[in-house]
Amino acid sequence: MSNMLEVADLGHTYGDYEAIGGLTFTVRAGELVCVVGPSGCGKSTLLRTISGLIAPSRGDVSLNGSHLAVVFQDYSRSLFPWLSVQGNVEFPLRSLPRAERRARAAEALEWVGLGAAAKKRPWQLSGGMQQRVAIARALAYRPALLLMDEPFASVDAQTRFELEDLLLRVRREHDTTVLVVTHDIDESVYLGDRILVLSGSPAKLVADLEVPLPAERDQVTTRTDEAFVALRSKVARLLNVGGKPTMDVDKWAAAERESLSETVSS
Amino acid sequence: MNKFLQRWTVFAGLVVVWQLLGMFAEDPFFPPPSDIVTAAWEWWVLEPRNVTEHILPSIGRLLSGWAIASVIGVALGLLLGRSDRAMEYAGPLLVFLRSIPPPALVPVFLLLFKTGTPMQLATIIFGVIWPVLLNSVDGARSVDVTKVDTSAVFQIPRYQWVLGVVLPAASPKIFAGLRVSLSLSLVLMVISELVGTDNGIGSQLIQAQREFDYTRMWAGIVLLGVLGYGLNTVLLAVERRALAWQPRSRDEQHA
Repeated sequence: MSNMLEVADLGHTYGDYEAIGGLTFTVRAGELVCVVGPSGCGKSTLLRTISGLIAPSRGDVSLNGSHLAVVFQDYSRSLFPWLSVQGNVEFPLRSLPRAERRARAAEALEWVGLGAAAKKRPWQLSGGMQQRVAIARALAYRPALLLMDEPFASVDAQTRFELEDLLLRVRREHDTTVLVVTHDIDESVYLGDRILVLSGSPAKLVADLEVPLPAERDQVTTRTDEAFVALRSKVARLLNVGGKPTMDVDKWAAAERESLSETVSS
Repeated sequence: MNKFLQRWTVFAGLVVVWQLLGMFAEDPFFPPPSDIVTAAWEWWVLEPRNVTEHILPSIGRLLSGWAIASVIGVALGLLLGRSDRAMEYAGPLLVFLRSIPPPALVPVFLLLFKTGTPMQLATIIFGVIWPVLLNSVDGARSVDVTKVDTSAVFQIPRYQWVLGVVLPAASPKIFAGLRVSLSLSLVLMVISELVGTDNGIGSQLIQAQREFDYTRMWAGIVLLGVLGYGLNTVLLAVERRALAWQPRSRDEQHA
């Protein structure tokens, strides 16, 4: 499998403050990789350097393709209120002929289940639907890599589960390569084929873990799967390295597994 | 209908009071509204020469001055607003120029252009450009960071960045500036017509006053009021259409 993204010894400093300290990793074509790390560990800087919004202080980012798309956490600010939903999805396609632009936008909106909302304004939709518009816009652009910055951190838990499953479905159907940056351990395990665990500032790669779960995932059964729980504990333990022991991760995981299986059986 | 009554009662009441006072006092400086309206009708509406020689040229200068100032103001404002360095250089100059009362420049423009339309346009343009320019700067600066990042990631062409992102994002502020400028245009149109010309509503106003024809003078003032009200109403309607995309507060809470 070819590499879609290669990051070599990427480092970035703001003045004296070192945000990222030499990261090396690759993302293979069609893969969904989650980058997980504590809040303020330099994840956003990593995302901004990969997407080209800032030039890194050192190291290389090479993308196997001409362009990438980003889905930001703050969907309400990322979408343009003066454009319709359709207009927002067409936004990155201005160089294409009108008819093709139309067709691509309509298609992408169908993929995220918003075909009927094309004429509405984004702010007339719920938060989850707005983030779906942002995802459709990114997909319509047909990026070599889809970058997502805490994409589901601003929606409620129920919507979050829906959006996670939507992401898994569309990336499977369209063979999209995805890099999700998140601070949520559960989310990284649930979504990822692979997890990159980062330490606190400056961000360094602590572990590169394969997720031993089947491609088909389910919010209830996957989350109670032995492999899921074991990996989640492992990531949590890795993230606690060097930090204060805040809780007994294994005990917490076991307790949660029990409570989850209770809700399933009832 | 209720709303209409509510809005116009005070206005109509004052007119009635003035009418009664005017009829009893018979003061030549303050003729009753009925006389003024009659004079306005005869002078401004029934006299085609006055329409073509005074009203239309005045409105033409007002609108073209305002339009030129708006185009320059918006273009320059968006440019300055998106460049911190340009604003650092130009900022003090803008504040200084804006502080000069435009009528004070009428003598300068008279020297530069002699009397006539170019001098009048220059007065209007210099006077009304500031609200548009400064509001455009402010609006262009207010494009939020996520939209800037989104545009950068999608590598949109420059024209789309300016016309499709910065301009619409700044448009609520731009319209606020346009409204202030439009009413200022009316003021400066009259001022620019008070000297060295016998053409335009302002010149007729000063001429009527010199001829002690106070009813005709008042008729000119009423015409200016009607004109200002009409122009503002039209601009408000345009603004409401152009900014229809703005989320209304109640809908926003739903999101």
